[in-house]
Amino acid sequence: MDGNAPDFAAASRAALADPQLRGNFRRAMDGLMTKRAAQFADQDEWHGVRALAASVRLRALSKLPELLEKLEENCTRNGITVHWAATTDDANAIALDILHKANAKLVVKGKSMVTEEMHLNAVLEKDGIEVLESDLGEYIVQLDGTMPSHIIMPAIHLNTKQIAHLFKRKIKDAESREDAAYLTDLARRVLRAKFQAADVGMSGVNAAVAETGTLCLIENEGNGRMCTTVPPVHIAFMGLEKVVEKLEDVPPVISLLPRSATGQPITTYVNMISGPRKEGEKDGPREVHLVILDNGRSTIYADPELRDTLRCIRCGACMNHCPVYTQVGGHAYEAPYPGPIGKILVPQIEGLAKRGAMPHACTMCNACVEICPVKIPIVEIMGRLRVEAVKPGGTVKDGGAKANRTESMVWSGWAAMNASPTAYRIATVAMSRLGNVAPSSLPMLKEWTNVRTKPRFAGRTLHDLARAKGIPDV
Amino acid sequence: MSDARNSILTTLRRTRDAHPLTSPASDFAPIEAKQWAADERLPRIRRLMEAVHTEFLDATEADWPAVLREFLVREGVGSLMYAPATAAGKRLVEGWDAASTTLIPYDRPLEDLKPQLFESIEAGLTTTRGAIAETGSLILWPTADEPRTLSLVPHIHVAILRTDALYDTFLQAMREQGWAQAMPTNVLLVSGPSKTADIEQTLAYGVHGPKRLIVLVVHP
Ligand code: SF4
Repeated sequence: MDGNAPDFAAASRAALADPQLRGNFRRAMDGLMTKRAAQFADQDEWHGVRALAASVRLRALSKLPELLEKLEENCTRNGITVHWAATTDDANAIALDILHKANAKLVVKGKSMVTEEMHLNAVLEKDGIEVLESDLGEYIVQLDGTMPSHIIMPAIHLNTKQIAHLFKRKIKDAESREDAAYLTDLARRVLRAKFQAADVGMSGVNAAVAETGTLCLIENEGNGRMCTTVPPVHIAFMGLEKVVEKLEDVPPVISLLPRSATGQPITTYVNMISGPRKEGEKDGPREVHLVILDNGRSTIYADPELRDTLRCIRCGACMNHCPVYTQVGGHAYEAPYPGPIGKILVPQIEGLAKRGAMPHACTMCNACVEICPVKIPIVEIMGRLRVEAVKPGGTVKDGGAKANRTESMVWSGWAAMNASPTAYRIATVAMSRLGNVAPSSLPMLKEWTNVRTKPRFAGRTLHDLARAKGIPDV
Repeated sequence: MSDARNSILTTLRRTRDAHPLTSPASDFAPIEAKQWAADERLPRIRRLMEAVHTEFLDATEADWPAVLREFLVREGVGSLMYAPATAAGKRLVEGWDAASTTLIPYDRPLEDLKPQLFESIEAGLTTTRGAIAETGSLILWPTADEPRTLSLVPHIHVAILRTDALYDTFLQAMREQGWAQAMPTNVLLVSGPSKTADIEQTLAYGVHGPKRLIVLVVHP
């Protein structure tokens, strides 16, 4: 493990030892999977709309540079100021610059995964700016001083009792009541005062339409609308892959996103913003800024296979269906994006030296691939990244970082053994004779036998038994 | 930062051209196939929206202000903000005789109304540009006369829905109303009152937006 690399194995062991946490995740994921399945009961409809949504995302990627230029042109015409950021540092600097010009002291934020990627809150706080997450889940996580554990439901790792205690500790005059309705109302009161007073509102973007210069945001709570409507300045952040070509491309994406994410037919609000307040209009921000972030995405785009990572619409369904995520929860990944999409996206953004373990946190069961609304071959990409981690020279950041001489010698030996019938025979006979007397503490066996019983080796090989039955070797 | 712009676009162009990508044609038929008979749309919208706690009132062109007045009185709603320059707003104030509900016009910029809007106004009235049968969604089209916060900040949002603008899908609505030709500052689909399930998957209504959504259906 590198000095600063998160230790997924250790974090998972800790998570697995926490029955409360595992119970919280198991219950939530089971509920989400059932609700999603009910939304796609009509399989023909699912296949049809899914193929359409995948084509929308692919078409956008096939014209990505042209569409980004068009988006910029149309946003600018609509009065939206467009900023480009190569790195998260650049994006944070752009945000600070806008905030300083607006003389901002208080920022309210709607849910935005890109700003998690930027660690924007920490940057703003260091600058003395108060920043408040307003999505209820994000608000809870912020009060708790932790990270979101799911991209759609950030506080899914906590139960009502834990949240009630947190509110009691952190909010003035809070009563100690384990009641979701009461706790929700409490957050409403706190945050409404902040929406009213905020100097700047921030949000993510679910889809940006090149054709019309429109930013689409979906949500249930109304906090996204508050952040993009009430404060005098709105800053929206998007990864550069979030663009779609036409306005008509929005309905297929909106049709699949909430159904996949939470099993609801549509979110309460679909908010489409095409500019700041116009002359004569009585509300809406006077300035709208769009920050387009690269942060490694253009490198992902360079590889024709890995490029599919950028189709993602961030529905989170792959997390809900992942046996590893469900067992260890979101925090074990110590990354802004956990679960299957995280395991392919984060190593590509942050590099394989730091994140080389992530693509291995997968059983290759393919559940995520089956439910991904835009048909991302997540497992294939995971396989590619495992290879890239040990093979220098590819396009992935820190490719080859995990290359290791002993391991490559073992694998060459393995290949040689499988290529020679004699060597293969000697090896299998040796295994059947010596396998059972080999202690489970042998270095090569330990990783496996740590958490499993050592298998019993059969006295005779399958080839032997087959030959005895008169089946010839091929 | 225009350096970032150029270098990002140049990289994208170069790598895309090295490995061009052909996308399959987008076949919208699976969405276009979603259709409901004219008389099924409203019941479907109602069923889907009621499932997420939306309330419905039935009225006609002749009596909708009276139906609304009765509702506000019955529920003890003391103040209703409205858009005075719209046809609906003008209709509303004609002979308003409910002493228990004060009508307050949205006639100034938000900055001059914030405390009132956030702290004392109980309900807001807006029109809609129709509704969508597939998902049970209202189309809101805020204008200079009918601001965005009218449907967002007050605890109760009353939306007038005329039954001559009911669409099968979001796609059909945007095509038939020609949205792509002229998007306004803000368009919204609203499918219920504000809600959350962020506390242990328990559904709770009225987090940040309106706690109650009342659809005032105006039948011909
Ligand atoms: S990879 Fe697919 S399933 Fe996972 S978040 Fe992205 S779109 Fe959803």
